[in-house]
Amino acid sequence: MSSPEHAVASTARLVESPHSFFEKLGIDGPLTIFGGPVYWSLFLLTLVAVLLFPLYGSVFAALNFTNFLINAPLALGLALLWGYCGVLSFGQVAFFGIAGYAYGIMAINWGLGPVTFLAAAGALALASLVAAAFGYFLFYGRVSSWIIPVLTLVLTLVLETFLGQTAGLEWRLGQAQLGGFNGMTNIPSLTVGSVSFNGFSLPLFYLVVVLIAVILIGLRVLANSHFGHVVMAVQEDSERTELLGYDIRRYQLVVFIIAGFLAGLSGVLYATWGNFIQPSSVGLLAATFPVLWVAVGGRRSLSSVLIGTIALSALSDTLAVYSGELAFVVMGALLLFGMMAAPDGIVITVLRFLAKLFVRRPP
Amino acid sequence: MIGDLFNFAYQFLVNISFLMFAAMGLIIVLGMLNIINLAHGEFIMMGAYVMTLSVHAGVPFVVAVVIATVVVGLIGVVVERLIVRRFYANKLNALVATFGLSLIFSQGTLLVFGPYLRSVRMPLGGFRVGEFSYATYLLVVAGLAFVLLFALWLLFYRTRLGTDMRATMQNPDMARALGVNTSRIDTLSFALGAGLAGLTGALYAPTTTIVPLFGTAFIAPAFITVVIGGGANPLIGALASSSLLAAVSTPLSSQYGTFAGRIGLMLAALLIMRFLPDGLSYYVQAALLRRRKARPEKSR
Repeated sequence: MSSPEHAVASTARLVESPHSFFEKLGIDGPLTIFGGPVYWSLFLLTLVAVLLFPLYGSVFAALNFTNFLINAPLALGLALLWGYCGVLSFGQVAFFGIAGYAYGIMAINWGLGPVTFLAAAGALALASLVAAAFGYFLFYGRVSSWIIPVLTLVLTLVLETFLGQTAGLEWRLGQAQLGGFNGMTNIPSLTVGSVSFNGFSLPLFYLVVVLIAVILIGLRVLANSHFGHVVMAVQEDSERTELLGYDIRRYQLVVFIIAGFLAGLSGVLYATWGNFIQPSSVGLLAATFPVLWVAVGGRRSLSSVLIGTIALSALSDTLAVYSGELAFVVMGALLLFGMMAAPDGIVITVLRFLAKLFVRRPP
Repeated sequence: MIGDLFNFAYQFLVNISFLMFAAMGLIIVLGMLNIINLAHGEFIMMGAYVMTLSVHAGVPFVVAVVIATVVVGLIGVVVERLIVRRFYANKLNALVATFGLSLIFSQGTLLVFGPYLRSVRMPLGGFRVGEFSYATYLLVVAGLAFVLLFALWLLFYRTRLGTDMRATMQNPDMARALGVNTSRIDTLSFALGAGLAGLTGALYAPTTTIVPLFGTAFIAPAFITVVIGGGANPLIGALASSSLLAAVSTPLSSQYGTFAGRIGLMLAALLIMRFLPDGLSYYVQAALLRRRKARPEKSR
C-alpha cells in the first residue's frame, strides 16, 4: 500500500542500518513486501521443485508450462512500472511484438547457431530503444497520469494495424516475410551447438526458469536500492521528490525502458518457443492479459505478480479449450471484480492473510 | 479542379465528424467525471447492435437510432451506479476496471450474437461531383456532428441542468453545499457520454459490418482526439482536436492510405503532448479568456 505511513516507515528503515542477513545482501528491504527466512526457503524450495519437475512430472506438462512462464518477464516489468513507479501501461505487448518480430527477421536471415543470440540481443536493443523514444514523449511532456495507459494502448493498436497489412511481397526483409494477419513463420529457435531452445524439448524450460529467478532477484535488488526508493517516492509524491532535487522524468523513463526490455525478452522467448509470431499478439485482447496478471496478482509484490501470471495463464488456457469467448468473459470479470473487491490484487491479499496466520514478525 | 477541391472538402468533413462522434462521449465523461472509460468502444458497439437489431425487427431507421441512443444511455446509468462510482477516487483503477468491463461486453456479445450481424443498408443514396461519387448519408452525418455540438453547447451553457453539471465538475463540494445533487449529476453525465457513444454506433452501423469488435475501429482515433483535446473544456476540446487531426490525416490518408493517416494521427498526438501537455482545450480556453478580459480594457 502506498500511504504516508508507509513512506515514513520506509524512511525510518533507511536510517537504521540493515539488520537481517537478506537485507545485507540487498534482496530484502522495506520496499519488497514479502521477505525473510520463510520467504527465501519457500523461494528455493519452489525453484528446486520446478527445476526437477521434468523428473517426476511429465515432460509434456513441463513444455506446456514453459508457455505460461514465458509471460513472466513481461508481467514483472509491468509490476515494476505500475506498482513501484505508478505508471500504468496498456501497451507492454507492443514491445513484446517488436522484439518478437525483430528476432524473427534477424534469425531467419542469419540462420541457426550462436548468431541467434546476437539476433536476440538486437531484438532486445530495438525494443528498449522504442520504449526510450516513446517514453521520452510521455515523461518529458509531463502528461497527466491517465494519458499514458491510453497512448500506450493506441501504440499497440497502431502496431497491430501495421503488422496486419504486411501480407504483400513488398514486406519481405531479406528472407523474412512479415506475412500479414498470418504472421511470420519458421523462425529459428535460439541455438548453441546441438542445444536448441525450442518448444519441443527441455532446454528452453530450464532457461526460462533460471531467467525468471534471476529477474525476480534482480528486480528485488533494484527495488530496495537507492534507485528503487526514489522510484517509489515518485509514485508517492512526485512534486516533493522533484523538490528534493531528483529529475523524476529520468527515473520514470529508465523504469519504462526496463519494463520495455523485459516485455521484449518475453517476445523473444515466445518466438523461439513457438517459431512464429503474429499480429494478434500485439492486439487489444493480448494487451488485456498483462494488465490482468498484474492487477489480479498484486502490483506491489513481484512474487504475487509471478504467481498471478502463471495461475491466470493456466486458467485462461484451460477455459479456452471449452470456449475462447468464455475464457475472456471470465478474465474480464476477474479483472472487474478484482478491482472492486481487492484493489491491491487478489493473490497479494491472500498471501498477506496467510503470512499473518503463519509468520509472526516483530513489530 | 473543383472536383478535387470538393473531394478534399468532403473527406475533411467526413473525417472531422468521424473523430468528433468517436470522441464526444469519451471526452464528456473525462471532462465531467475526470475518468477515462475504456469500455467506450463497447458502448459504441452496443449502439450499432441495438440499431441494427431494431431495423431488422421492422423499426424505421431514424427511430432505431433514437432507440439505440436511449438504450445505451440507460446501460450507462446502470454501469455508473454499479461500478464506475466506486472508482472516482482512483483514476488508474477506473481505467483497469472499465478495461475488464469492455472485455466482458465484447466477448459476451460474441457469445450471445455470434461473429457478425447482417448490417443495415446505407440510406439516402449518392451523388456525383466531377469524376467521383459520394454518399449523401455521410454528409448528413457530418452535418449532424455540428448540430450535436451546438445542442451540447445549449445544454451546458443555456440550461439549469448544464449549469449544475459544470458546477459539479468545477467544485463538487461547493455544488453540493448549494443544493446540487452531485451524485445524480455524475450518473447523468456518464449516461450522456454512454448515450452519445450509442448514437455514434447507431449512425455508423450502416457503413460497415456489425461485429463484436466494432468498437475497436473507433477507440484509437477517439483516444487520440481526447488526449489532444484534454479535459479542460469538452466542447472546445472535441472541436479543436478533431479539426486539427482531420487536417493532418485527410491529406495523408488520401495520398498514402488509411494506415499512413493513423500513423500521422499518432505522431501528431505525440508532438502535441510533448509541447502542449495540457491539451488543446486548455490553451484555446485560456486564449479565449485572455481576449475576453482584454476587451473591456481596450474600450476604456
